[in-house]
Parts: sequence; C-alpha cells; structure tokens
Amino acid sequence: MLESKIPQGPLADKWTHYKSKVPLVSPANKRRLDIIVIGTGLAGASAASSLAEMGYNVKTFCFQDSPRRAHSIAAQGGINAAKNYQNDGDSVYRLFYDTIKGGDYRSRESNVHRLAEVSSSIIDQCVAQGVPFAREYGGTLDNRSFGGVQVSRTFYARGQTGQQLLLGAYSALSRQIAKGGVKMYNRHEMLDIVKIDGKARGVIVRDLMTGKYERHFGHAVVLATGGYGNVFYLSTNAMASNVTAIWKAHKKGAMFGNPCFTQIHPTCIPVSGDYQSKLTLMSESLRNDGRIWVPKKKGDDRQPRDIPEDERDYYLERRYPAFGNLVPRDVASRAAKERCDEGFGVGPTKLAVYLDFKDAIKRLGQDVVSARYGNLFEMYEKITGDNPYSTPMRIYPAVHYTMGGLWVDYNLMTTVPGLYAIGECNFSDHGANRLGASALMQGLADGYFVLPYTIGEYLSNDIRTPAISTDHEAFEKAEKESKNRNDRLLNNNGSRSVESFHRDLGHIMWDNCGMARNIAGLTKAIGEIQSLKKEFWDKVRVPGRDNVLNPELEKAGRVADFIELGELMVRDALDRSESCGGHFREESQTDEGEAKRDDENFTFASAWDYQGEGTDPVRNKEKLEFEAVQLTQRSYK
Amino acid sequence: MADLNLTLKIWRQDGPTEPGGFKTYDISDLNTHMSFLEMLDVLNENLVNSGDEPVAFDHDCREGICGMCSMVINGRPHGPLEGTTTCQLHMRHFNDGDTVTIEPWRAKPFPVLKDLIVDRTPFDRIIQAGGFVSVNTGSAPDGNAIPIGKDISDDAFDAAACIGCGACVAACKNASANLFTAAKISQLALLPQGQTERVERVIGMVKQMDEEGFGHCTNTGACEAECPKEISVDYIRKMNWEFHSANVKG
Ligand SMILES: Cc1cc2nc3c(=O)[nH]c(=O)nc-3n(C[C@H](O)[C@H](O)[C@H](O)COP(=O)(O)OP(=O)(O)OC[C@H]3O[C@@H](n4cnc5c(N)ncnc54)[C@H](O)[C@@H]3O)c2cc1C
Ligand code: FES
Repeated sequence: MLESKIPQGPLADKWTHYKSKVPLVSPANKRRLDIIVIGTGLAGASAASSLAEMGYNVKTFCFQDSPRRAHSIAAQGGINAAKNYQNDGDSVYRLFYDTIKGGDYRSRESNVHRLAEVSSSIIDQCVAQGVPFAREYGGTLDNRSFGGVQVSRTFYARGQTGQQLLLGAYSALSRQIAKGGVKMYNRHEMLDIVKIDGKARGVIVRDLMTGKYERHFGHAVVLATGGYGNVFYLSTNAMASNVTAIWKAHKKGAMFGNPCFTQIHPTCIPVSGDYQSKLTLMSESLRNDGRIWVPKKKGDDRQPRDIPEDERDYYLERRYPAFGNLVPRDVASRAAKERCDEGFGVGPTKLAVYLDFKDAIKRLGQDVVSARYGNLFEMYEKITGDNPYSTPMRIYPAVHYTMGGLWVDYNLMTTVPGLYAIGECNFSDHGANRLGASALMQGLADGYFVLPYTIGEYLSNDIRTPAISTDHEAFEKAEKESKNRNDRLLNNNGSRSVESFHRDLGHIMWDNCGMARNIAGLTKAIGEIQSLKKEFWDKVRVPGRDNVLNPELEKAGRVADFIELGELMVRDALDRSESCGGHFREESQTDEGEAKRDDENFTFASAWDYQGEGTDPVRNKEKLEFEAVQLTQRSYK
Repeated sequence: MADLNLTLKIWRQDGPTEPGGFKTYDISDLNTHMSFLEMLDVLNENLVNSGDEPVAFDHDCREGICGMCSMVINGRPHGPLEGTTTCQLHMRHFNDGDTVTIEPWRAKPFPVLKDLIVDRTPFDRIIQAGGFVSVNTGSAPDGNAIPIGKDISDDAFDAAACIGCGACVAACKNASANLFTAAKISQLALLPQGQTERVERVIGMVKQMDEEGFGHCTNTGACEAECPKEISVDYIRKMNWEFHSANVKG
C-alpha cells in the first residue's frame, strides 16, 4: 500500500534522471489548473510563488495577518548548502551523508540525496532576491559551522537567517500576488480537506475575522503548515503553530509518518514559572565558545563564581572528549537531563545547567565575544534580567522541532492522491534527528525546487478535469462537520479554560514522551490522554460567538487536535522499542547510557493509518534500504 | 521576585464599526519574571473563567521577530523600553500599584478590527507595489558571482531588519509609513541585485503608500525612537533621494 515511488538508477543520478522524464504540463493547461497552498512559511511561500511563476493558478492561505509572519521568521542560526566555498572538502555526498548519519539512519536515502543536490541552488536563488547574507571583507559569502559536522557550510544573516530568507520568499510571493498569479487569504484557517472520488479536491477554511466558512476548490492541495511541537504546550515554536491542518488530513486518509520523532534542543532558557507561555531558544552557535557545566557537589547552592574550577563538572567534555560541547543536539539534551535528574541541576528550579563564557572572554576578549553573540546575550538579559558577560547563562533543553509529519513519497505526495505535504509538516528528510540549519534548507528545497517539478507528474493526468463546483456534496458535508464541531465547543457550557487542558496535555507529553521514554510511562500516558480527551469534551468552556473574531475558539479547535495527536505520538513511541536519534527508549541503551539502535527490527519509517474514532490506528512500515551508506552506531566519544 | 499588583486600562472594541472604550481591570500577584503578554494571558484566563470575553491581541513568535504584537503601552508603541517589542517587555520594568494603559495602534490606515488588533494589510500592498527583485525560481546565477562589499551588505541588512510591526506609523503624529517603506527601498537600492528595477520600485511603492492614506513625513524622528529594531531615519533621506532622482530619470 505504501509506494515510495523512488526512481530507478544509481542514487546520484535519480533526480536528474527523474527531471528529464517527468511529464510536463503545457502553459495553456497550467492556466486551467488551480492549486491550493496552505501556509506561507519558507515552504509554502516558496512553493506558491514558484508555481505561480510557472503559470498555475494559486490560492494561498495563512492564519496570521500577513504571510510574512509565518513561524519560519524566527529561525536564527543559518541554512546549510553544499557549496564548498570554504574549500574544506564539502560535497553533495558529504552533506547527504551527514544528514543521513545525523538522522540516525531513519530517513530515505533518495530524498536526502536530492535535498543535498538542490541545496546549492537555494543559496543562489536567495542571493538573487536580495537576501543580505553575511559576507567576508572580500565580498564573498561567509560560512559558519554547526553541531554534528566537520565542515563549514552554514550560510547565515546575523542571528536572523529565518527572517531574511522568509522575507525573500515573501517578496517573491508578493510579486505574484501583484501579478494576479496568487490570490492570498490572510487570517484564514484551514479546518478540513475535501476529497472527491478519493482525490484531494479542496479545503474548508474559516475566515478568522468574520467567522465565515468558505469552500475552495483545487486540482491539488499542498500543505505547508509547519511543525507540531506545541503538543508539548511549552516549546520554542510560535504560539499559534499547530497540527490542525495535517491532523485533519490524517483523519481523511493521509498516513502519519514517525509521529514520535521530536527534537529537543539543548540550549533554551529554562522554565521560570507556571505562567510561562513559551520557551526561547538560545542559538546552538553559543556552544562553539561556551562551556557547559554543573557543580560536582549535589545541591551546591553557591553562586557560580564562588565555585572553584576543580569543583565544576564539564560533563560533555568529560563524557565526549572528541566532540566535547559540540555533540549533536539529542546527545547534549540527554546529558543535561541526566545531570539534573541526578540532583546536580542549578538555579531556583534545579532544572538548568550553566553555559559559561568566562574562558571565551579570557581567551578572545569581551569585544570578540560580543561581536559573535552580542544580540543573543542581549536577548538573554531581556528575558532573565541576568548579564551573561558576568554570570554564566542558565539553560535547559526544550522541544524545538518535529521530524515526524505526514508520510510522503518521492514526489512529496501523501497517501491521499493530489494532497502534498512540504516543509516541517512532512516526515521526509531528517529521520530521527535533524541537524542544525537543515530545516530552512529542506523547506526551501521542497518549495522552490522539488514540488514544482513533482506536482506535474500528478497534474499532467488531470488536465481534463474541469473545476468542480463547491456546491458538490463533499464540500457541503465537510463544511457542516467543521461548523458542527465549533458549535459544540461554543455551546459546551463547561467550566475549564482551553489553556488549562493544553497545559495538562503538555505535562503528560513532556513527562512520558519527552527526552526519555519507557514502556510503563508510555502505557500510562495513553490512558491519561484518553481521559483528558473525554474531560475536554465534557468540561471545556469556550466564550464568545462563531461569527466574529474568536481566538479562544481557534485555540479550542487546535487543542482538541493536539490531544488526539498526542495519543498517536505515544503509540508510536511505544511501538518503536529501540532508541534512535531524539527517540530514547530507556530499555534500549548501552552500558554507558548511550542510545542503542536496533537495525534488525526497526530500519523502517512508521506510517500510521487512521481507522476512525474509538478504533486503534494501524501502523504500516516503509522499509528503509541503504545502498550508499553503511549503518553504524553513532559515536561522538 | 516580588509580586506585583496593577490596574489595567484596556481599550475594548467589538468590531471595526462598533464604538470602543476603556475598561478597567485589577490584576494581582504577578510574577516580575513574566513577560507583558504573559501578564495579559493571566488576565484573559481570569476573564474566561469568570465567563467574560478575553482581550483580543495579535501575537505569535513572542521573540521580537514576527512583528505581530502591536500595542501602545502608557502612550508609547511597544511600551517604555528602547529597541524592544511588546512581547519582549518584562514585568520587572513596572512597579507595584502602577496603572497601565493599553491601546491599539492609532492610525487611520490601520483601522481597529477588535480590541487591540488592527488591520495592517496596507503594508503588504506597499511591498506588492515593488518591494522585490523580479527573479524567477531557477534563473539565478551562482551566489558568489557578484561580490558585495561587507559594509554595503551590512548596511542593507540594517534596513532589512524591519519586522513590519507598524510601530513607526503608530508613533508618528501624521501616521506616516515612510520608515517602513524606506527600509525596503534602501535595502534593495543598496544591493546590486536591486539596480534594474530601482526606478519603478521607488515610484510604485511611494505611490501605493500615498494611496493607502498614510500621512507625510515632517521629520520629527518619532518613528526611529519607537522602532523596536532601531531602524535609522537616514533611510528616509535615502528614499527621498531615490524618489527625486527617479522622477528626474522617469
Ligand atoms: C526558534 C527557532 C529557531 C530555528 N532556527 C533554525 C535555524 O537556524 N536553521 C534551520 O534550518 N531551522 C531552524 N528552525 C526550524 C525552522 O525554522 C522550521 O522548521 C521551518 O521554518 C518551518 O517552515 P515551514 O515553512 O515548514 O512552516 P512555518 O514557517 O511554521 O509556516 C507554517 C505556515 O502555515 C500556516 N498554517 C498552519 N496551519 C494552518 C491552517 N490550519 N490554516 C491556514 N494556515 C495554516 C501558518 O499561517 C504559516 O504561514 C528553528 C525553529 C525555531 C522554533
Ligand atoms: S509576538 Fe512576534 S514580535 Fe512580538
């Protein structure tokens, strides 16, 4: 049933070969084809503008007040590309290899190789748009290095790479809006997809300002709706990032790939109280010069500056002498958790470790440190009130990115014909752990260079389908279902706020399906989530009306979907009894406490098939075949 | 971590055509480590629990980069701190017993949609009128084909840092959008990639800005003072120069 549609031939030639063979759609026919794109982040904005340039009619939706505000805007560190401008031995193969290895051998070789191949064109495209990347004095593009790799291939624009790349894609999108190739709908939220004869043929959206439900037809529908890290309540994602679009697609037949694969980023500002609404990332680049430590003595309450050198435990340097503070994210996060669980944590909550720049300042001088990290230090001080030049930062891991998402084939099509998923909302390229600076690369690769080709394969067979009227009963039914659900929420007359349910869900997920997972906790969590779901529908209180702007109603719908997703994530985590990448099953570890993969039984991507309310979902497997790399246990010792 | 008690005077307005007015709320036992928006979250949860409608406000990233959050706090867009968006403002900058007034952006081209939310789509239309380089996907030369001096690229970056929040318009007594528009025009005028369309761009964007009903610039500099990204008014001078030379050429 799962057909990954990987082209034949040697790995390095697959994409070139595919491109020369893929059926084309003539310009006259493109004008007759409508494509719906949900989302205007890096993936959605780049796809919508490229498709419109090619001549398709595009309708694009986002829930913010402008396409420029998608969550991609917040990415800090940079974007990878195999340009080898630094002449340090980088190549397409090496980027491919690092990504496969970093993902702990749980991604599809052919997709990752294609990603590495197109990476270079992304940089060219963005430069041509006027994206102000960092440059050397000689005028050429500058690079930095990122965790888990040994070459310098990350392009960046100060600490605001996501902003500059998104504004580039937004400018391309704006150009197409002005030309009439794209019709943009701001402040519209997709609530369901519409299927006719088994194919995706449109969407139901709600105009968030008026509460009006609208029906839109498309010959194909592209979801570019971002990650679902907010299932944990606290994460580094933007407040409104949510799973609704892909969850509704899942319930209409799109299988969900590797839902439990979550990235927990090691360097975030710790939680300070119950009121906390989100967590702030401190860029990974800080680990280039900062040293991570905790006191050697349990419960040591002295100020950090009063703790002498020989009473400090630089535990990453101790455990991983080869990579030290630069081990990959999952390894660094688990090590911090291990120290805090053992009682060595610092700060008021004891759920934090120090990230110290004392030695860097001594070695490089405050000016150099400030030139490298000044804006991050300032941000840290704004939030915590502490000055990192004089006292070490306190950091703790936080949910950051979801590698899981809708299962897609080589064409980026889901298991629903005509429904595509691109960017963070699909499961494709990062396996069980994503390397830094690779999400921006994937979003733009999918949107600028992959989907515009691969969608042609489907649409070339669809040129004779005339636009279907949105009076069709399938639209009618989907709209009614969306509306009924909102009515039920508004008329529930309950007593508990949506927020309180979201917070409870977050606790269950973080405690049982977070940095470490085990059979007892996961089994318990399934029951807890099922009761939470019941209580939600019994007791939630949603004020206001349906026919006006109602942020509480929007939130209620999203949280209801998060609760269902949470259960699926836990099932997936339970099913995969090996450890791999960010998924650490306590039952599967080495004597030294490192993650232990089980290649014999788990070299597959899971693809969950929804079976209806009250019935357990079915797990399918896409077996992963590796021809170009050899599977080894990752070691950073 | 002293606890904080405040009186909030918040603008409430049901819709674009409904009349609005201030409502007063008392809020107590706030933690000083909270952000300003987390303080409003607490207020909203209290309102929901007592069966009232929460205060509507725009926000998303809560990291000072998406440009969604937009409120006038005690008369100043984004509140008392320089170079800071509302979402990055923390309660330690307020004193126990303070009265805090919270209003939406006030500017004719940005009508209030509900409570603290305004319509900023005029900014999108200004960008659509020329704030781009016309380069189709796939037609770009190698990224290093055109070297760009570090100083020029840094200058372009300073202009490109605009988050499109609209504080400049809210701060200006004429509701002028000059700083926003000038930032994009300058970014692209500084870079070699922006040269081909330089003339049409400035003419198109300035025309759109006027059509949206934004006021004229009278050089008070309030926009730069309130800009959370501290974008310099020098770019307005640059835009004016671009505009005049474009009209000479055109
Ligand atoms: C703080 C932070 C820093 C990061 N830094 C880096 C970095 O340095 N390098 C890197 O490579 N990656 C980084 N990442 C990851 C990266 O930013 C994201 O993975 C990526 O930007 C996701 O892009 P996207 O286009 O898939 O989705 P998003 O940018 O999340 O866009 C989602 C879009 O979908 C729309 N949408 C969603 N649901 C609906 C719906 N139901 N109806 C209508 N519209 C909808 C939204 O309005 C939005 O327009 C970072 C992430 C975070 C949180
Ligand atoms: S919420 Fe994004 S800038 Fe304030």
